Amino acid sequence: MSTTLTAGPAVGTTGRKVTGRGVLRSEWVKFWSLRSSWITLVASVAALLVFGSVASFTYSSDGGAALNGPPGAGAGGPGDAVSLALAGSTFAALGVGVLGVLMSAGEYGTGMVRSTFAAVPGRLPVLWAKATVIGPLAAIVAMAGVLAAFLTGTVGLDGETIALSLGDDGVPRSLVGAAVYLGLVAVLGVALGSLVRSTAAGIASLVGILFILPGLGSLLPGSLHDSISPYLPSNAGSSIFALQEASGSLSPAAGLAVFAGWVALAGAGAAVRLKKTDV
Amino acid sequence: MIEAHELTKRYGDRKVVDRLSFVVRPGEVTGFLGPNGAGKSTTMRMIVGLDAPTSGSVTVNGRPYARHPAPLHEIGVLLDAKSVHPGRSAHSHLMALAHTHGIARSRVDEVIEVAGLTKVAGKRVGAFSLGMGQRLGIAAALLGDPEIVMLDEPVNGLDPEGVLWVRNLLRSLADEGRAVMLSSHLMSEMALIADHLVIIGRGRLLADTSLSNFTRQAGGGGVKVVTDQATRLRTLLAAPGVTISSPSDEELTVTGREAREIGTVAARHGVPVYELAPQAVSLEAAFMDLTHDAVEYQSAPVGAGRKAA
Ligand SMILES: Nc1ncnc2c1ncn2[C@@H]1O[C@H](COP(=O)(O)OP(=O)(O)OP(=O)(O)O)[C@@H](O)[C@H]1O
Ligand SMILES: [Mg+2]
Repeated sequence: MSTTLTAGPAVGTTGRKVTGRGVLRSEWVKFWSLRSSWITLVASVAALLVFGSVASFTYSSDGGAALNGPPGAGAGGPGDAVSLALAGSTFAALGVGVLGVLMSAGEYGTGMVRSTFAAVPGRLPVLWAKATVIGPLAAIVAMAGVLAAFLTGTVGLDGETIALSLGDDGVPRSLVGAAVYLGLVAVLGVALGSLVRSTAAGIASLVGILFILPGLGSLLPGSLHDSISPYLPSNAGSSIFALQEASGSLSPAAGLAVFAGWVALAGAGAAVRLKKTDV
Repeated sequence: MIEAHELTKRYGDRKVVDRLSFVVRPGEVTGFLGPNGAGKSTTMRMIVGLDAPTSGSVTVNGRPYARHPAPLHEIGVLLDAKSVHPGRSAHSHLMALAHTHGIARSRVDEVIEVAGLTKVAGKRVGAFSLGMGQRLGIAAALLGDPEIVMLDEPVNGLDPEGVLWVRNLLRSLADEGRAVMLSSHLMSEMALIADHLVIIGRGRLLADTSLSNFTRQAGGGGVKVVTDQATRLRTLLAAPGVTISSPSDEELTVTGREAREIGTVAARHGVPVYELAPQAVSLEAAFMDLTHDAVEYQSAPVGAGRKAA
């Protein structure tokens, strides 16, 4: 085995420095080089497609939906073709959220984080890069998933009164909204994972924020509940892709702003912890 | 060059590193020694900015680590705990690190080859043996072709060929004018690799000296003589200033007389000598002597635990 390293700088190693672009490429490679990323991503799309089409195919106008998907899916119940198509959005949110958590918290579990931050001692670029990789990726993949679910669902709902087509009012906005929501959930996962530094705790806090907080909110006394509830992360998030604006909930734009605000808050918390504490 | 100045790290109310100052110079291999829990790994983490010092400072090539635009070209590190995701291949791991600095793929292939990992570069790191993991860590340390190489227990888990490889590698890096810092508990190995020693105990500096100085100051180890006429030879050698101990029936340890003299005396009196060996005091002995009071995790004498069982 050769033990000599070329004296002087080796080819391709001179005059370089850590750049945002470089960190982004690094996170891109990290993401795709793990089997768990593929599996979780595929599972999220599958959840969208399967739940969405099953909900549409089993729908009958007289008995309502035989299968409405998991509780909390969609906003306003399965009263329209879009919410049927989005029946899998809860599971997909869990999937992409976990993916985000794995990206950040997973590094603490394995010790990879020491290699990462030794290479990028500024640390924050790593957080931004992870969010930049997973956010758009989750949104794009989710877009494909909801589109497929909706189009498959159209076949199942053929002839039903609630049937809608892609060209109908609000439908494209709803579907895109769902994709954007899922992209933001993935970023939220990255932020939470980075904040709590453990995969288990990260997933727990994600589940808590998205699925348990609304339930706790309903324990509040009526008037307080009515004024706070729409601003809770999951409710604001659902407003983004609701076809019809339910009374007492936010408009899609306001919902987007509020949910993005929550994500930004978690991101800011993660950034502070990242800068302040030892790895 | 690494320069630590009054470096201190406190965890809770325990000072794990306590006002530590030392310098790691280019062109030398500096051995970083200390008993378990002395604070070596903590010091190394502070050097690369993973842990922030409670007080004091440390610079790498004149600047705090995080201020370097391309730190991997300044210093390459292998930290003690595994710092790799087990689900990733060695190649992907190195590629991910390389991208941050815009280091070319060819360099990744180069360090993989240098570390002898070519055949397994595509395998999941989780399936690696301890030694292969160490090789990957060393490959990562070399990735940026750094001016300083700092390795925490690099020979841990390496086979004899691997140990020899690390020894030669570090020697050649130092000979190229780079600064090399390594920690290890293998004193025999350290004695072969290091030029300079920084020894700490309970976070404090105990010694900062050259290897040869350190063992010399620890005093000569005497001469070991094996003969079946130990008692007779002992009387023959006795003189003022000469101390002789007898570790076993046929063995003497003589201090105050050269091996040559002892051989001559024995030959003149027809005493058969089976072994005659000057005992350079081992680094191990000198180290244990120095750090005895600073050992935190003292082992019980063999057998002491059996009573309870
Ligand atoms: N993050 C931490 N929080 C609290 N205590 C810590 C932390 N890291 C290290 N310590 C403590 O600091 C002390 C020094 O640990 P360190 O790992 O630096 O020692 P070391 O010299 O590398 O030991 P070894 O030879 O066993 O590797 C130990 O007592 C350890 O328990
Ligand atoms: Mg250690």
